[in-house]
Amino acid sequence: MSLIVPDIRPSAVARINPVAKMLAAILLAIALLLSIDWVSAAVALGLEALLLPLAGLPARQFWLRTATLWVAAPLAAFTTVLYGEDSGALLARFGPITITDGSLDLGLAIGLRILAIGLPGIVLFATTDPTDLADGLGQVLRLPARFVLGGLAGLRLVGLFIEDWRFLALARRARGVGDSNPIARIAHQGFSLLVLSVRRGSKLATAMEAKGFGSDRERTWARASVFGARDWRFLALTVAIPAAAIVAAVLAGTWKFVLS
Amino acid sequence: MAAGARITARGWGWRHASRRAPAVHGLDLTIEPGERVLLLGRSGAGKSTLIQALAGVLGGDEEGDATGELLIDGHAPQSARGDAGLVLQDPDSQVVLARVGDDVAFACENLGVPRDEIWRRVPAALAEVGLDLPLDHPTSQLSGGQKQRLALAGVVAMRPRLLLLDEPTANLDPAGIVEVRDAVAGTLHASGATLVVIEHRVSVWLDIVDRVIVLDPAGGLLADGTPQQVLQHSGANSAGAQLAAAGVWVPGFPPARPVRRHRAAGVPLLAASDLAVGRTEFARRRPTAVSSGIDLELASGESLAIVGENGAGKSTLALTLAGLLAPAGGSLEALPALARGLGSQPFRWRSRQLLTRTGMVFQDPEHQFLASTVRAELEVGPRALGDSPDRVGTERVDELLERLHLAHLANANPFTLSGGEKRRLSVATALATRPQVLLLDEPTFGQDALTWQELVALLAELVDDGTALVSVTHDRDYVETIADRSLLLNGLSSEGRVTV
Repeated sequence: MSLIVPDIRPSAVARINPVAKMLAAILLAIALLLSIDWVSAAVALGLEALLLPLAGLPARQFWLRTATLWVAAPLAAFTTVLYGEDSGALLARFGPITITDGSLDLGLAIGLRILAIGLPGIVLFATTDPTDLADGLGQVLRLPARFVLGGLAGLRLVGLFIEDWRFLALARRARGVGDSNPIARIAHQGFSLLVLSVRRGSKLATAMEAKGFGSDRERTWARASVFGARDWRFLALTVAIPAAAIVAAVLAGTWKFVLS
Repeated sequence: MAAGARITARGWGWRHASRRAPAVHGLDLTIEPGERVLLLGRSGAGKSTLIQALAGVLGGDEEGDATGELLIDGHAPQSARGDAGLVLQDPDSQVVLARVGDDVAFACENLGVPRDEIWRRVPAALAEVGLDLPLDHPTSQLSGGQKQRLALAGVVAMRPRLLLLDEPTANLDPAGIVEVRDAVAGTLHASGATLVVIEHRVSVWLDIVDRVIVLDPAGGLLADGTPQQVLQHSGANSAGAQLAAAGVWVPGFPPARPVRRHRAAGVPLLAASDLAVGRTEFARRRPTAVSSGIDLELASGESLAIVGENGAGKSTLALTLAGLLAPAGGSLEALPALARGLGSQPFRWRSRQLLTRTGMVFQDPEHQFLASTVRAELEVGPRALGDSPDRVGTERVDELLERLHLAHLANANPFTLSGGEKRRLSVATALATRPQVLLLDEPTFGQDALTWQELVALLAELVDDGTALVSVTHDRDYVETIADRSLLLNGLSSEGRVTV
């Protein structure tokens, strides 16, 4: 496993066209951002909890990749409870800090919402091969190849930067300047990495140009990216999640459209 | 498409935007379709500039100024893209995609080759360069030599009419060199493409090329003709002798080898027993060993060569001996003459304490550059030792600039130097603080015969004066000239062993 290139296990979700996964994640995010209430977020999260295990992401990878969310969500919820807009019954007061029914609801809604939007996004990305995503963006969505493949090649460089960073640290040590305080060291090393990555980037661009990239000729795609019936079914299934969440919230009377 | 491309140059020249002197100028040249040309010249004579111009990747007006004209079949190289396939020096920066098959297919895609045809060409190209790997093999796991063959496969699959190779075998072990050379020969035989190859080691390509062109650093050509004419070596005034004197590696004219002084045994400095070396991978806690069971003693005034195939762990061993990586197993001990009051584990020493004890020159010189001029780069080490700025930058730095032919570049930015110049500079930076143990990773890569000779002479002098030298190298001449012993690393498959 590496940060950038995940081990893609063969699973039902791994075979879905990345464009379908991306659309699903975007639709889910938009739908859940339309209202800030705890019912819609809880329903969405509950349904996701049933479906996410089917993605075939190993448990260790799941927890590693989503770790930040598990910290961020409670933190956001907690601060909202303390400082969020107050309404309803006053439950507690500590100086300027007030906790009310309203701020409690709001905190819960925000915490759940971060998880409900973040978890599927991360899991879907972690089960997507970047090359397949680029193929999908180029062929299914017909985005410009220059943009899509430039981004893909750049992504590979990120892996090299991690390697470069380690070598730079060794090199600074070898050159006798590795003893300075950590902040100065990181700043200097960061600058060296910047210089090096610009060099790498331009070398890679040269190599890509030499392979005919960026010419006026019409490009072909070696790997077909097909958006088929399975992908539509997946999309329908994932659209059902925010739909159910919204219906539940409206029925429960908690739906609060953000723009109204 | 069984024809080669014709190259014509009329008064062509190029100056990099950041330099005052042109890299190439006054070039008049015609290369006929199907000719196979070996392009020679001193380090810094503009060989890479010319080959990149032919590939159409030299860049626009903001990168530099062109003079005269350079045409491929009557067209500007930029508009003839796809006709010319280029393999560059640096294996790392040529891989575009994450899987081997996709990477080979990339060039074909850009040229608009139909999908069925792409997947016919890809396995054929991989087979042609001897890269026997599954199509979905991750490119990040390839060795430098494999990456170079992958780059060649990508070019082979393009079916170019002009094949441009810029020191394609410089990073390979001897077996890899022959494989790539044969792959190129096979491709040329099948396609009839024109070939222009840069390579310092003339002998590798001599059987394949039918014309040798030597660039003159002062502009124009130094020599042009059949290999026999250009490289003939009868008589001291023959063309071959003149070329050799100009720094070209001419078969039959080995560079002068320094006479080594005979010395008594030195003081032991480093001792390794059952040492395992490795790197700590991302998200891992412990290093994964790439080579183990290494027993080794190094004394002052001794020169050791670490040899072995690509990926055997040679560089990792050097980094470990230099005190930069922690051993992955076994023990590495610095003996009192080297430790001089410090602990016995080099890895525990402070960065500044390493300077006068071990000096490591990395395989990629760019990793080590810290300053904005060549001179300042050489002053980094002495300054870190606490030498005052007045003392720094005088004798030692000037001497190194002179000895390594860098004096005319003292104010240039290290990143703008040619491949060979960068390597000399990185060697010089380590020498600036006079370490007791000097470790060099592929020190002679990219050097012409003259700078090779100078470098080896300088190293021999250091060893004779008591420096312990450890060199990771594929260069047989270098090993024969300067190594007292060789350590052959075979990775994990068998134990490291010392051959005398």
